[in-house]
Amino acid sequence: MTARRVPLAPWLAFALILVAAPCVFPSATSLTMMSLMGIMIIFALSYNILLGQTGLLSFGHAVYYGLGGFVAIHAMNAVIRNKLGVSIPVIPLVGGLAGLAFGVLFGLVSTRRAGIVFSMISLGIGELVSSSSFILRTFFGGEEGITTNRSKLTSFFGYKFGPQLEVYYLIAVWCFFCVLAMYALTRTPFGRMCNAVRENPERVEFVGYSPRMVRLIAFSFAAFFAGIAGGLAAISFEIMNAQQLGAQQSSLVLLMTYIGGVGSFTGPIVGAVIITFLQIMLSDVTSAWQLYFGLMFIAVVLFAPEGVVGWTTLHLRALRGGAARRLAPAYALIGPSLAASALGAIMIIELTNRQLAEARSEGSSMRLFGFDVDASTLPPWITAATLFAAGTVLCFRVWPRVGDAWGAVNARLHFRGD
Amino acid sequence: MSTALALINLYKSFGPVQIICDVSLNIASGERHAIIGPNGAGKSTLFNLISGRIQPSSGEVHLNGEPITGLSPFEINRRGLSRSFQITNVFPKMSVEENLRCAALWSLGHKYTFWSPIDRLSDVRERAECLMECVGLTARRHVSAGVLSYAEQRALEIGVTIGGSADVVLLDEPTAGMNNSETEHAVALIRRVTEGKTLVMVEHDMGVVFSLADRISVLVYGQIIASDTPGRIREDPAVREAYLGQAVS
Repeated sequence: MTARRVPLAPWLAFALILVAAPCVFPSATSLTMMSLMGIMIIFALSYNILLGQTGLLSFGHAVYYGLGGFVAIHAMNAVIRNKLGVSIPVIPLVGGLAGLAFGVLFGLVSTRRAGIVFSMISLGIGELVSSSSFILRTFFGGEEGITTNRSKLTSFFGYKFGPQLEVYYLIAVWCFFCVLAMYALTRTPFGRMCNAVRENPERVEFVGYSPRMVRLIAFSFAAFFAGIAGGLAAISFEIMNAQQLGAQQSSLVLLMTYIGGVGSFTGPIVGAVIITFLQIMLSDVTSAWQLYFGLMFIAVVLFAPEGVVGWTTLHLRALRGGAARRLAPAYALIGPSLAASALGAIMIIELTNRQLAEARSEGSSMRLFGFDVDASTLPPWITAATLFAAGTVLCFRVWPRVGDAWGAVNARLHFRGD
Repeated sequence: MSTALALINLYKSFGPVQIICDVSLNIASGERHAIIGPNGAGKSTLFNLISGRIQPSSGEVHLNGEPITGLSPFEINRRGLSRSFQITNVFPKMSVEENLRCAALWSLGHKYTFWSPIDRLSDVRERAECLMECVGLTARRHVSAGVLSYAEQRALEIGVTIGGSADVVLLDEPTAGMNNSETEHAVALIRRVTEGKTLVMVEHDMGVVFSLADRISVLVYGQIIASDTPGRIREDPAVREAYLGQAVS
């Protein structure tokens, strides 16, 4: 058998998207958003080295993102203060090396065991670092954080990285190479042993490998790439504060990775793009946006544990196997039921949010899906409750049909040996 | 002939319960040695002690003349001892080929290599190819280990065990749960893959034991009551009384 070649087409497409995106979405908002997406893609992929590839569930991955960012921002300020001839493009590497250093340090403590022990230690380290950020004020800058001015660094072939567009392209270049590096990593002997450790750490010991060492190296790589993401964030925002390394950021990266899908390499990329988009868009539309993230996460865990990418792959494979005819009737029934249920739920959440949290300051009248409603009157509540109840009941009724349809599809695919 | 594996006054107790009691055993290199005994005699515990999965309460284990007592399983494996498990213990979501590659990596010196693609390592590819051929799973190379049939999983288990070219191989009930033709197949496989190696196996099927083993040790209540050639073990009155009963007469 010849060595499997890496197909070039997806990489060219990826590079093309990165290059062309600002031409398609040139506004300032979308530039900021796309910069954040690039950063989050690196961050989420680095997290998946742990979760998807090595089977380590970390609750404190933002520590390495944040510390990388802080070290990067201090490095930038030091460069400015001492007028060193260092320009912006190397700063993310500083962040990465800082992430790596802390990754090795904390990895030594936490990778001895996998499973719950590892998760608990990661949570502990996360709390430790984020609480120390309020004690070590000179380094973390307390509440307001540390700021910098990226345009004061030495220019790089004439680029000062003042405009967001230049920063976007800097992030795009780093993003491309980090994604490439992390992909390559999955195809090395080390990457294979990460999977083996995830599957069966005990057996790994009996083929000559120390699972602890595999975990430690994986952890260090994850921290390194998270540090690069943090360094890019420091450049992009010109500010770093304690929130960036706290529990919320750690759960965000878990959310992105899981919603995108831990089982495939592209999952975290898709997750990072979707969640970053929703984070910025949803927070404009509703103040309860974090609640929706939580619900979305629960829905994915319950109904599509392979994530968005896993779900899509599954359906594409079924469709190629000629399953459209079998699935369509069931989906035609479940689709509207789900939509009604979701619509009802969203209305209830928004009405509740308005009544409980915002009514005092902003009054009870609001716009909901293009209609002007008053949250203190009954009709919108009745509509919402009816929609939700009817949709949910229908969902429960129709659900078995979806199961049956999939049963038939799976039997057929299996029979054909796909 | 030199000694491949030596157990010297090995003891193991879990709390007040003594599982292994003063076991001493020399296994020459190139020998096929079977350990038999009734359920609960401590056979699996003995394997766990030798392979480093658990540590003895006292006594020593020597591999090729060097002490390996107290070493972790991967250190023992790197010194050339490999074992299989009674309950199939492979990497279920990885393909047959990937399982065998993982088994071969360390012994081919690739360690924690993260700079070169695994597909480019021709030695790993060839070893995996050879192992698949050997255990008869070439046609199933891309199938996940978890969905193989039971007999195929047992074959893969042996493949993973011999994947690192260890010269001392411990097989824990390699034919457990197999029907007659599968057992026959497995015996031929074991004979083939342990050619020129030292084999120690725990086995309940007396047919397998007597057809494969050069020597047999009988373990009863954590003690070796006899260790000899199959012919003499068959005639040994103490063994007949303690374990074999009428089964082999």
